[in-house]
Amino acid sequence: MEKFIRHEGLVVPLDRANVDTDAIIPKQFLKSIKRSGFGPNAFDEWRYMDHGEPGMDNSRRVRNPNFVLNQERYQGASILLARANFGCGSSREHAPWALQDFGFRAILAESFADIFFNNCFKIGLLPIVLPKAELDALFGLTEHTPGYRLTVDLPGQRVIRPDGHAIGFAVDAFRKECLLNGWDDIGLTLRHEEKIRAFEARRRVEQPWLFV
Amino acid sequence: MGCAIIARFEAAAEIMSKTLYDKLWESHVVHTEEDGTALLYIDRHLVHEVTSPQAFEGLRLAGRKPWRVSSIVATADHNTPTTHWERGIEDPVARQQIETLNANIREVGALAFFPFKDKRQGIVHVIGPENGATLPGMTVVCGDSHTSTHGAFACLAHGIGTSEVEHVLATQCLLQKKSKTLLVRVEGKVGAGVTAKDIALALIGKIGTAGGTGYAIEFGGAAIRALSMEGRMTVCNMAIEAGARVGFVAVDETTIAYLRGRPFSPKGDVWDKAVAYWRTLVSDEDAKFDAVVELDARQIIPQVTWGTSPEMVTGIDGMVPAPEDFSDPVKREGVARALAYMGLTPRTPIQQIKVDKVFIGSCTNSRIEDLRAAAAVARGRHIATNVKLALVVPGSGLVKQQAEDEGLDKVFLAAGFEWRQPGCSMCLAMNDDRLSPGERCASTSNRNFEGRQGAGGRTHLLSPAMAAAAAIAGHFVDVRELL
Ligand code: SF4
Repeated sequence: MEKFIRHEGLVVPLDRANVDTDAIIPKQFLKSIKRSGFGPNAFDEWRYMDHGEPGMDNSRRVRNPNFVLNQERYQGASILLARANFGCGSSREHAPWALQDFGFRAILAESFADIFFNNCFKIGLLPIVLPKAELDALFGLTEHTPGYRLTVDLPGQRVIRPDGHAIGFAVDAFRKECLLNGWDDIGLTLRHEEKIRAFEARRRVEQPWLFV
Repeated sequence: MGCAIIARFEAAAEIMSKTLYDKLWESHVVHTEEDGTALLYIDRHLVHEVTSPQAFEGLRLAGRKPWRVSSIVATADHNTPTTHWERGIEDPVARQQIETLNANIREVGALAFFPFKDKRQGIVHVIGPENGATLPGMTVVCGDSHTSTHGAFACLAHGIGTSEVEHVLATQCLLQKKSKTLLVRVEGKVGAGVTAKDIALALIGKIGTAGGTGYAIEFGGAAIRALSMEGRMTVCNMAIEAGARVGFVAVDETTIAYLRGRPFSPKGDVWDKAVAYWRTLVSDEDAKFDAVVELDARQIIPQVTWGTSPEMVTGIDGMVPAPEDFSDPVKREGVARALAYMGLTPRTPIQQIKVDKVFIGSCTNSRIEDLRAAAAVARGRHIATNVKLALVVPGSGLVKQQAEDEGLDKVFLAAGFEWRQPGCSMCLAMNDDRLSPGERCASTSNRNFEGRQGAGGRTHLLSPAMAAAAAIAGHFVDVRELL
């Protein structure tokens, strides 16, 4: 997993609530058996004027000029500003894969759907919950300030505005540790291999019907 | 001194009273990190073609072996066609994904695998329970958010992402933090024509699609206990649409009766031992929940969604709202956008909305009871001329077989419905079953998001009986008038 320590980047505002995983990466792209390459199809239905299918040359498709991610001033953005319940819907990890592949490193929102939130941590994409009032201010600042950038400081658990105002955020200690070190969950869990074996052996005796 | 003992005794009793969630959680903790992140042991791992290839690949690249392959039950469902099985899978990209699943399972093994065209193939959340592969007290995971369905059996059932699929394959464990608990108590008795789906939609209408975020939902109350296992699965299936990753129902006689004699259910002495344990899988009398939501079943009428989120729902006697009805500006704009997408005018009575297609199926509503309810409405009637296509897609090969044994296929065919092979089908339209842009569908599935059933397609969620009624009338109609 990619490490996350401190990131400074351009911000793009996606001002709608309940952005679901079908919107982030439409299902026709889930037929891929790969983990990468989803970025060009992130938000496909909002981003392009035509209907996208796997295998199309995305560079030749007509883009929707009204969709915020297509606007010139937001090109190269790596911090996504979002609203409530971001990432609701399916468990598809293809959604965080697509956002990461697109170039995002962090998402700031009022709230996230549980599974999506969890999936982000697994790949080093940092989802941050911020209070609504702070987000409202950030939406205003981003829209009115061309080239608006933010710094995300994970060790300090703060989002820092260019004017120096810092907004604190919460993150589980375990997840933070994993992100700071770029640790792979599986390797960490396998440190407890003995414990897992012992647990399993006891369960086999107590609830044998689970082990047919 | 006597008093001190009583006080101590009471304190102990307080500590001992547990919710069902506490019991399920505690019985699976292998290890806990300092911040409370726990390693939970996983009993059952359900696998399908869409979210597993990258996990098997990851495992292989790291040179790791699956921990316990007998925990795996696999099937192909999301991409499989529902017609012309003799032609195989014509879409090459989908075919590659299904062949990858076949190859992966062939390589590692599984407790059971129901590949494309197997007579027990079906939607992953239908086949687990009907084969007795989902048992009370289990932790169940699947790379699919509707894994919450299995909670109907008092399981701790989580939908997981692909990295977690790989984690479970490699370690038989899942990293989780304990959720808060929410008790949804539905008291009273629903009226005729009101189903589990209506209870679920009414709940989401009340608490919103993020209402359950961060919670594990236990469904209880007389109206839940009165539901069949099929109905409980429908309710738990929709827990995720209320924002909760897991939803469950305590064990009772209905649970035990359902499991008796299923292929993977325990037998003989082991069955008795298992049943004795399963009976403990209820919340203690005085257990404390972090939140409680109450619904009165008598107030619930058949529900229909009008927007692009399951919380955008109303009773069949209602109408499409206007954006001005909402004070929150983000919500107001969301409603305006939804109405534009759905092609609906504010204040239109729901019953005046015409439908182009009807879909009866999905892991929410494709079990035998759902098909019976729809067939009861379709019997002796015919779909309206404005309905271009009315699909009935059984949840599995076994459901299909049972429905045919009961003659339900004949009822549907005579009424002008199509009778298809099992699979996810038009629930998410990864195969050829989909809406064209602008088409309006009465659907028994669980999501009405933009483009869910096909780009530009418009989805209205409702119960199987209501969907059949819409097919017959050509527009939404109160099924209670047809009973
Ligand atoms: S039927 Fe729909 S919701 Fe259920 S598993 Fe299939 S695609 Fe997912």
